[in-house]
Amino acid sequence: MRYLPQTKKSRDNMLSAIGVTHVDALFTDVPAEALNHNQFNLPDHQGELAVERTMNQYANQNRPASAGRFFLGAGAYYHHIPATVDYIIQRSEFLTAYTPYQPEIAQGTLQVIFEYQTFIAQLTGQDIANASMYDGATSCAEAGLMAMRVTGRKKIMIGTPLHPHYRETLMAYLNNLPDADIEDHITSDTACVIIQSPDFLGVPHAYDDWRKRCDAVGALLVVVVTEIVSLGLLPAPAQADIVCGEAQSIGLALSYGGPHLGFFACREKYLRQMPGRLCGRTVDADGKPGFVLTLSTREQHIRREKATSNICTNQGLCALAFTVHMSLLGEDGFKTLARLNHEKACYLADALSGVKHVKLPNPHFFNEFVIEIPQKSDVVLDHLRRRDIIGGYAVSDHHILVTATEMTTDDDINMYARALSDILTEVSA
Amino acid sequence: MTQIDDTRGLDYHESLLWEKARSDTPGVDLPTPENKPLRTGQNARAEIGLPQISEPQAVRHFVRLSTKNYSIDHGFFPLGSCTMKHNPRLNEKMARLPGFAHLHPLQPMETTQGALALMCELQRWLGELTGLPGVCLTPAAGAHGELAGIMTIRAAHLHKGHHHKTVILVPDSAHGTNPATAAMCGYTIRTIPTRETGRVTLSAFKEALGDGYDVAGMMVTNPNTCGLFEKDIREISDLLHKAGGYFYGDGANFNALVGKIRPSDLGVDVMHINLHKTFSTPHGGGGPGSGPICCTPELAPYMPTPIVIKDQNTYRLEQAGERPTSCGQLKGFHGQFGMHVRALSYMMSHGKDGLKRVSEDAVIHANYILSQLQDDYHVPYAGPCMHECLLTDKIQKEKGVTTLDIAKTLIEYGMHPMTVYFPLVVQGAMLIEPTETESQAELDRFIHVMKMVAQDVTAGRTDTLHTYPVSAPRRRLDEVKAAKEPNLRWKVS
Amino acid sequence: MTVHFTKDHEWMKIEGDTAWIGITTYARHALGDLVYLELPETGRKVSKGEHFAVVESVKAASEIYTPVSGKIVEVNSTLSSNLDDLKEDIETGWIVKIKMSNPSEVANMMDKTAYDQYVSTLD
Repeated sequence: MRYLPQTKKSRDNMLSAIGVTHVDALFTDVPAEALNHNQFNLPDHQGELAVERTMNQYANQNRPASAGRFFLGAGAYYHHIPATVDYIIQRSEFLTAYTPYQPEIAQGTLQVIFEYQTFIAQLTGQDIANASMYDGATSCAEAGLMAMRVTGRKKIMIGTPLHPHYRETLMAYLNNLPDADIEDHITSDTACVIIQSPDFLGVPHAYDDWRKRCDAVGALLVVVVTEIVSLGLLPAPAQADIVCGEAQSIGLALSYGGPHLGFFACREKYLRQMPGRLCGRTVDADGKPGFVLTLSTREQHIRREKATSNICTNQGLCALAFTVHMSLLGEDGFKTLARLNHEKACYLADALSGVKHVKLPNPHFFNEFVIEIPQKSDVVLDHLRRRDIIGGYAVSDHHILVTATEMTTDDDINMYARALSDILTEVSA
Repeated sequence: MTQIDDTRGLDYHESLLWEKARSDTPGVDLPTPENKPLRTGQNARAEIGLPQISEPQAVRHFVRLSTKNYSIDHGFFPLGSCTMKHNPRLNEKMARLPGFAHLHPLQPMETTQGALALMCELQRWLGELTGLPGVCLTPAAGAHGELAGIMTIRAAHLHKGHHHKTVILVPDSAHGTNPATAAMCGYTIRTIPTRETGRVTLSAFKEALGDGYDVAGMMVTNPNTCGLFEKDIREISDLLHKAGGYFYGDGANFNALVGKIRPSDLGVDVMHINLHKTFSTPHGGGGPGSGPICCTPELAPYMPTPIVIKDQNTYRLEQAGERPTSCGQLKGFHGQFGMHVRALSYMMSHGKDGLKRVSEDAVIHANYILSQLQDDYHVPYAGPCMHECLLTDKIQKEKGVTTLDIAKTLIEYGMHPMTVYFPLVVQGAMLIEPTETESQAELDRFIHVMKMVAQDVTAGRTDTLHTYPVSAPRRRLDEVKAAKEPNLRWKVS
Repeated sequence: MTVHFTKDHEWMKIEGDTAWIGITTYARHALGDLVYLELPETGRKVSKGEHFAVVESVKAASEIYTPVSGKIVEVNSTLSSNLDDLKEDIETGWIVKIKMSNPSEVANMMDKTAYDQYVSTLD
């Protein structure tokens, strides 16, 4: 009960000030049969030590990426997080603040959001960005819905291999709406074309042709990026109308899938159709510069059923972690990080494609790529796991998506190549 | 004093990152790349225009910005329907254990048994506390949980062939997310008026329900956004169920019930739980949240996927397509796991005995405030209230002092304002949610300031009330300018 | 030329089969400081009661409904950047001109006196 300040005496004081003798006198509107349920099959309160013991037991049954020999990416990436990031995001003033509804006492959060919006707009080559969304998959679904609002059309084309979770999420959102659907071709009914780059199989794409194809039918071009570090090496998707995706790679731990950080940027002309929070610069009563949440007439608390989305939180603390990490990286650091990722992946590609029977179907990649093997992917991955190597993600029966980041060591890569060679010899195709 | 910038004492002027001189070296030391030919099939990216500063400059930047924020760790934060309670640091420590923090969502499940067991245990706690044993942890926030819940209801109706059920009933006092969510699911919204009584009355409900043929469900927050318990809720849910509709419970105000009242006993079929409210995961200046949903066994087949399943002694995530009636996948991966760790840590710390104290103390606190302020402020609906109380500026407005002035005066006195101008069913609403983690001294200080404001208004000392805050990092901001001339990012000037 | 008024606080000037539509002083005051006006496209067909424009303040968005059916033949696009002109002024404050398809819809609308009487009953 260490979190509850009231004593029996103070509680009795307050009850008597209210004019009742028992707390249940405040619950008289509750149906009697529902009040004071006492059959909860749950334990009583515990001290910190006991809770820590249990939590440690749970944690110790997992094999984290930090144990090394880790080659899994596919939409979530194990990167280094500078110590400063975690220190800043644990400051009370950021950690335990609310959405900045009272701007006079929330300028810290608001300036960070403004800086985050600027970072995202710069990285994506877009005019504006919102204050962040749940994750890449929901951000992609919101982009689809926004394209439908802008064009008044109901069909969405997926142009390059899209992360299967993103596709599923988009489909689930579209299923709610009459006639909305995903298609594999572009027509005059197409609201947008979604291009993931690098795509789910790791291949980077150029945008000029897609831009032309979209313009020919009046569709929007939506670019999805699941590995935001790639924007330090690949050209910006400036041709797009909307760029969205996942920014977990900068500043956020894998955390078994969340919280991560969805980002959403677009051209200024679509500002009023954007979902999510926006922070803008203005002045206060003394003329001093300051920031506020703005353009909220797009949002649910004002527009209700006519809002652009029901979303009302952003991933505030995650956007902070991103912003702190980006400020530490700077222009040079961000680009160096991207290049290091690519070079590690090149080393990994050479090491694995040097193994007998392993093929590399796609010559171009950023920090992950597909290997083709004669044996079953899941069998090989399971053998690797038994050797304490997390070898990648099975994208098909004979294809594994493997990933390297700056965390991957040359020793890890050499060990992977040796183990794969052994396993492919041991396991018959 | 010579004017250099706005910095005075501990109040720092802090420029944007882009306005600082560019450092030669960034705030990280990375290995030097070999700069071999690229295998991306594309040219390397040109100059992006990112700022560049050293680590000490970066630390100072963010620490200075942090000092411009108010937080629950500073003081009283009675933001109605937001449940700003103490955020225990134990939970932060637990979420950062390497066995949780560095776990990849797509790892082989043999290597994540502890995480899956933890999620399964959280599902069990939520199922017990709500009485709704079907639990899906994936929704990323409250509004996302609402989407999950309404999609669950929709999938159930469609599976039964009930295509005629196209309407969701929503009281006018509901959060905006309720109608926005129902609209995202393709439903038409029919509003139940509550303005007269602050509650959904049986007669208003019956009128909205009609013969119930087209009604797919109802979204009700209980206790509602006026801080009142919906006393006719059993009769209402019975009628709704008879008409073939489902009762969606908005979990925003679960802090009034937790450990004492199960939503299932009130007729709720499906609800979301805001882990960032009731179970204290930090709000973080606007997120991340986490909004698991809990539902009846009847609706469980339609919940989003994946859920965690226990087979014998092993745990696993549901496979794709394993539950074909599911309304689908609603986000990448399987939820805000970091928030699951924090919430379970909080629940275990409280236990069932502590959680009952949570709801009782939260309700006592709100009623204590109501009892002390009811002579000074207009109370639109008589108490007792639940975990939050609703006042308005009706009395003060006659002297030209509005809810906005009262809120900004609280800032001047070092407190965060209550929720203002919501719910929309009363004019000049002030919704006060003190939560259970305040001492009586904090409550008394708030009451004192509120009484002082009321007395100032009565005595005609209103001039300064319009000027507050003057001691905060900023005075009132020009929101009209912000909206009229949107300036949403730094640009090269 | 006559000017008609609606309970939704629109004014309408009729000339032949064309209606100039704007919002009244009462509406303008109720909306507070306006920050944005969303205008329709010329050529759009609208039915009586349908919204054709949205005005926004910082905290509210209000739809403007057409009291008559017809086709939007002209849009006062200068209003977007001159929101102060959006008022009860038949020369500069009109939002759209609609070529009416059913001029009989104008019957039963209030004149200035009746509208002022109506407004005085509101709080």
